[in-house]
Amino acid sequence: MSLTTNLHLLLPEFLLAGLAFVIFSADLILAEGRKHWLAWISVLGLIALTVLSLLLLWDRDELMYGGLFHVDAYSLFFKTFFMALGAVVILSSIDFAKARFSSQGEYYAIILMAILAMNIMAASGELLTAYIALELMSFSFYIMVAYLRGNPFSNEAGIKYILIGAFSSAFLLFGISMVYTSVLDTRFVDIADFLANAGDVSPALWVGLGLMLVGLGFKIAAVPFHMWAPDVYQGAPLPITAYLSVGSKAAAFALVLRMFSEAFAPAIDDWRILIAVLAVATMSVGNLVAMSQHNVKRLLAYSSIGQVGYLLVGIAALSQLASNGIMLHIVGYAFTSMAVFVGVIAFFNMTGKEEIKDMAGLADSHPFLAASISIGLFSLAGLPFFAGFATKFYLFNAAANEDMLWLAGIAVLNSLFSLYYYLNVIRQMYIEPKPETADEEHEMTEDGREIVLSQKPSLLLIGVLAAMVLGTIFVGVYPFPIVEAIEAATQALAIAG
Amino acid sequence: MALFATILIPLLGGIILAFFPAHRGREIKVFAILLSVATLILSIVLFAAYDYSAGGFQFRESFKWLDHPMNITFSLGMDGISAPMVLLTGIVMFAATLIAWNIQHRPKDFLVLLMMLVAGVFGTFVSLDLFFLFFFYELAVLPMFLLIGVWGSSSDFGTFFRSKEYGAMKLTLYLVAGSVLVWVAIMAMFWASYQAGTPTFSLEELRSVEFNDSYKHFQNLFFPLVMVGFGVLAGLWPFHTWSPDGHVAAPTSVSMLHAGVLMKLGAYGIIRVGLELMPEGAETWLPVLVGLGAVNVFYGAVSAMSQTDLKYVVGYSSVSHMGYVLIGIATLDRLGMGGAVLQMFSHGIMTALFFALVGAIYDRAHVRDVGVLEGLAKRMPMTAAFFAVAGLASLGLPGLSGFVAEFLVFVGAFKTYLPVAVIGVIGAAITAVYILRLLAKVFFGPIRPEWEHLTDASRVELGAAALLAFVLLFVGVWPLPLMDVINAGVIEIPGILGSG
Repeated sequence: MSLTTNLHLLLPEFLLAGLAFVIFSADLILAEGRKHWLAWISVLGLIALTVLSLLLLWDRDELMYGGLFHVDAYSLFFKTFFMALGAVVILSSIDFAKARFSSQGEYYAIILMAILAMNIMAASGELLTAYIALELMSFSFYIMVAYLRGNPFSNEAGIKYILIGAFSSAFLLFGISMVYTSVLDTRFVDIADFLANAGDVSPALWVGLGLMLVGLGFKIAAVPFHMWAPDVYQGAPLPITAYLSVGSKAAAFALVLRMFSEAFAPAIDDWRILIAVLAVATMSVGNLVAMSQHNVKRLLAYSSIGQVGYLLVGIAALSQLASNGIMLHIVGYAFTSMAVFVGVIAFFNMTGKEEIKDMAGLADSHPFLAASISIGLFSLAGLPFFAGFATKFYLFNAAANEDMLWLAGIAVLNSLFSLYYYLNVIRQMYIEPKPETADEEHEMTEDGREIVLSQKPSLLLIGVLAAMVLGTIFVGVYPFPIVEAIEAATQALAIAG
Repeated sequence: MALFATILIPLLGGIILAFFPAHRGREIKVFAILLSVATLILSIVLFAAYDYSAGGFQFRESFKWLDHPMNITFSLGMDGISAPMVLLTGIVMFAATLIAWNIQHRPKDFLVLLMMLVAGVFGTFVSLDLFFLFFFYELAVLPMFLLIGVWGSSSDFGTFFRSKEYGAMKLTLYLVAGSVLVWVAIMAMFWASYQAGTPTFSLEELRSVEFNDSYKHFQNLFFPLVMVGFGVLAGLWPFHTWSPDGHVAAPTSVSMLHAGVLMKLGAYGIIRVGLELMPEGAETWLPVLVGLGAVNVFYGAVSAMSQTDLKYVVGYSSVSHMGYVLIGIATLDRLGMGGAVLQMFSHGIMTALFFALVGAIYDRAHVRDVGVLEGLAKRMPMTAAFFAVAGLASLGLPGLSGFVAEFLVFVGAFKTYLPVAVIGVIGAAITAVYILRLLAKVFFGPIRPEWEHLTDASRVELGAAALLAFVLLFVGVWPLPLMDVINAGVIEIPGILGSG
């Protein structure tokens, strides 16, 4: 088959890369005061590409380049998801970027590159393609994390992230090479064939899988490979913290879910317990350590580690139902987490502060912000009416159905732990009185620049926040349409073996 | 749509309330009262229209929510056990909304959260699907943290201090910890039905699924989770300590709803999810429940006797009275069970009345210390009169609803667990001691000079109290309409004893 027969199926990817380069170039010629246009161009481009992808790829199920790249319902679902998420992140960055970034244009272009990488991660059907996509995403994040040039925390975070990232990539690549030595192929389907037919598998394969788990564990911040996460979350610019906690995790799980269902599923009995232990450690440590945090970003970092633990529960169960659960939880978590983060971004734009105690009295001064953040936190804790309840219920039930009731039970118990620290944030906003200090209008950065703080959240942020809150409630009350789409996606992801 | 409306009116009403301008306190409160009037009328109509001779679930509605293999349906129905609970919720909600008239601080947020709580309570009582039962159960717990934390009051006892944040956090974590156990049990039941080839969350279908032989062992394993998980909310000893602390910290109308209605969710859950879905597990574990219930009765009564804070007295007396409910459930006797359900109703009304009156006293005197409050009847005669009604219902005076309920529970217990029945009667005697002592000390007798300036409860408060007192009296004198409906529900519980 000629390499170019189906080339048009890659049109969304090509156009997205093109869009990123258009933004890079336009950044060179646009006047400083108009740089935020680039954000709007990116968002419009993403919307157009989403529509295009849906029209072009609807109901397609094709394997390109002999198995390197899937064009199926699963990758389409995630493509749509990542582009929509990217648009939300860009929209919630605009005010922040105007006030704090020295160069705004490149920032949006790099976000577009990250989206491209995520799209390919969800679509790749082979280890090296997956690896390269993962690296593209990681490199985009290394830059974005360190984007606050004058801020030592941001620089520290960037250095930490790139060192740990390089370290974990080495593990991953070494693992891939070990797998290759046993299977003599890197395509998921061939790995599955090999595992299903080979009676005695060489230990090199298991070592390889273990090393890959370590590498991926670093990327998704699973315990015990999570130490970098709180520092990086704290140092990164807030919108990027949000993007890290939702986007990078969702993409990594899009990849992991496909990899485990299409490549390693036949040997599930051998690695299931490993993932289960990883899940227990991740959710327990994340939720317990979160209790003692006093910085909002660090709190959310540990809380997102906890969420990774819940998602790993689904990987350990690995049935079609569990795959649905993972994807539903990712969608619900995206709305929920963005609701919290956009609320915190709006708060930060006004005050320049990010300690939990600084949020005291927010319910009196900005009731909508406080209510939205609370809804997000309640949803993260898994209380009903909001996404977290429905998605956790689905996910944990799916795990229980695979005879892993104990694991689901531990997950539910962890939800209780998490409620405690979420309630503490809510308590600051609603119960503690506002401190008697005058609101500052300016903030000085470390490198001596003066930042004008906004007096109230912009209409744009309020709009994004309202959309996220509505999404959180929608998933919590009527997830049916989303579950339908997810079921179509996981059917494409035939679980091998 | 009638049952759905019990959920929708408070829920949508609460959402509409959220869009009122915050400074229009009066309009907000009037609208909330209109909502509760509508709900009250609806719940009375529903109760009256329930055909007890036909029995079973009535007013059914069902909407598909998630397809196979989850098979979650939003399905509603009301039987003889839930009908009195729906009526109770309607009455207490109306009274509590009236009492909320006194809220000055951010009344809009308060009423929005209150409506959410009520929607959750109605939803739990009328859901026929485990998912939605649990959904609404948690929805009812969710607003409690803010309702207590923002509008509650801290208590300073000299030697120690109980902040409202403490009460709010303790209550929320205890209740959610209970729901963790329930959640695990729900997952286990779904798993079992999945193994049997018919995955379902429907309460009725789960009863008829053909499980394999190991299912009896399964029930023995998971019934305690349901019993303790829902038991936490019902104030089951030794998991009851959130209840007095939470009730004391809560503002008046929240205490009313919480002790009056929310604690009944726990007992209702034990019946609906525990007894009905796992009858064999229940058989094994009910002796434990009856023992714990007896401890509840005795321990609650003794604790109430030694409290000095009026709200703590009522709080511990709730623990004691919920013990009768638990004993009645555990007898698995038709009379005892009927008594338990009636006690749920009667205690809900009675304790709401108690908290409304204690709130009225506290608003005026700014203390709740039994040692300081003396002779209030001189200045607050109506409050004293209603307090006496609630007190007499509490100690089981014939002619008030508490008597009928406790009598039935005792009859049931005498048949099945004689020693427990004896403890129950002793508990009732202790209740009489502390209630009469309290009445004598706080209301009747010479008035302290500092209380000379007190005024009687406002007309709104008295209206709410009068409604509740009337219900206590009505059910005490003529319990038949209520008992007919309750019996129709009780006889359908699997394994129920006694036919007369």
